[in-house]
Amino acid sequence: MSALRTPLYDWHAEHKARLVPFGGWDMPVQYAGIVAEHKTVRTAAGLFDISHMARVSFGGPDALKLLEAVFSNSVAGMKDGQVRYGLVCNEAGGILDDILVYRWPYGFAAVVNAGNRVKILNWLETQRTGLNVEIKDQTFDTTMVAIQGPRSLELCAGMFEADPGGLKYYFATPTRYRDANCVVSRTGYTGEDGLEIMVPNALGAALWEDLIARGAVPCGLGARDTLRLEAGMPLYGHELSEEINPIQAGLAWAVKLEKGEFIGRDAIRKFAEEQHQSVRVGLKVDGKRAAREGSVLSGPDRELLGTVTSGSFCPWVDASLAMAYVPQAYSNPGAALDVDIRGTPTPATVVPLPFYKRKKG
Amino acid sequence: MSLDAMRYAKSHEWSQVDGNIVTVGITQYAVDQLTDVTHLQLPKVGATLTAGKPFGEIESVKAVFDLYAPVSGTVKDVNAKLAADPSAINLDCYGPGWMLKIELAPGATLDHLMTKAQYDAQLAEEGH
Repeated sequence: MSALRTPLYDWHAEHKARLVPFGGWDMPVQYAGIVAEHKTVRTAAGLFDISHMARVSFGGPDALKLLEAVFSNSVAGMKDGQVRYGLVCNEAGGILDDILVYRWPYGFAAVVNAGNRVKILNWLETQRTGLNVEIKDQTFDTTMVAIQGPRSLELCAGMFEADPGGLKYYFATPTRYRDANCVVSRTGYTGEDGLEIMVPNALGAALWEDLIARGAVPCGLGARDTLRLEAGMPLYGHELSEEINPIQAGLAWAVKLEKGEFIGRDAIRKFAEEQHQSVRVGLKVDGKRAAREGSVLSGPDRELLGTVTSGSFCPWVDASLAMAYVPQAYSNPGAALDVDIRGTPTPATVVPLPFYKRKKG
Repeated sequence: MSLDAMRYAKSHEWSQVDGNIVTVGITQYAVDQLTDVTHLQLPKVGATLTAGKPFGEIESVKAVFDLYAPVSGTVKDVNAKLAADPSAINLDCYGPGWMLKIELAPGATLDHLMTKAQYDAQLAEEGH
């Protein structure tokens, strides 16, 4: 199968982006350089093409019922325009995906990881049996970009009919961009304030160039990865998988066991009482060498403790950081471990997540 | 420094010979692959190197690569400035981004290394 291309692919290619396969798509991993792009998002505003993320809409009288059944967080308690993070789990409590659910006056929408689009669409298809719900994959109808960083909102001033500055964090609004309907959402995956914007494909390039003209700097998935790592955010396929449950992933806050039945609830409830499972931790690694995914962790007696799920040198905190699953006995901040970096045991310390937290203005 | 006068290894190190001292760094192609260098590990002065064997490690946000000795010999000098700030490699890998000066071992030569034209042909063959 050939890789999918976003409506901004030609722009990326023309502007010397380095394009790499990601989640079934050819995506820009960097333009000027990951370090510079990373720092731009922490200090000003970076612009990301995230059109590869899957967008699914839900309509019909049973949309709420379906979402409550497949989503770990509460949907019924959401206000119109509210956005909520949560998990889609299987019966065993394993994570099928981590997603955002949007509530609109007329229905719901979800943003799903690119690499899980087909899996989740199939899962929804099997779970909808007997329900009156209309599910539409709108991934290919719209262009989705993220503007992230402390200057994001001021750079967008006056662009949309609605003022995004009036949005609370994790709220979204349908509005207008150049006489077309669009959605502006105060969400992101970088640890910074910012917006995620969905416009019809015909306006994708115009929006992208408009934001650049206003001062946003194009950033690739490389910076997106180091930014989310610093912000302690899990990435599906790394920290999250069908072999991992939400409790050990540190995502109990996104699971509402008391909201009523949902798929995986009973299994997750058991995991919540379990004392012996490995849990996700943040690690600060000595020196500047990255402890990359798959690096092995050991304890004081050389006993095998686990492996790194994501690890990189992180430009803003200026340190080698990693996330990993380790036994609970080694999961408290201050716990000292060794991580094998290309044959060299390197000291690492468990530190609280997130590694980086923005100052709220 | 003339790029045409240098010799090149398959693993993308350049070598510039002056008498029996060979200055070594990595090529622009290698730098482009790496992107911003975040960490560099080089041998100490006095270390003995063997042509084709690793002498160090270079790392960026996205990748880590071994560095291979293009020639056999003894390390006479190490670019100490790179330890504190490896960005010189990104700025000018053929100038301030040099890594080592190696004194050629007795009988060692650069004959096994590629000319600029041969190296460019290798890059073209690999599709770059």
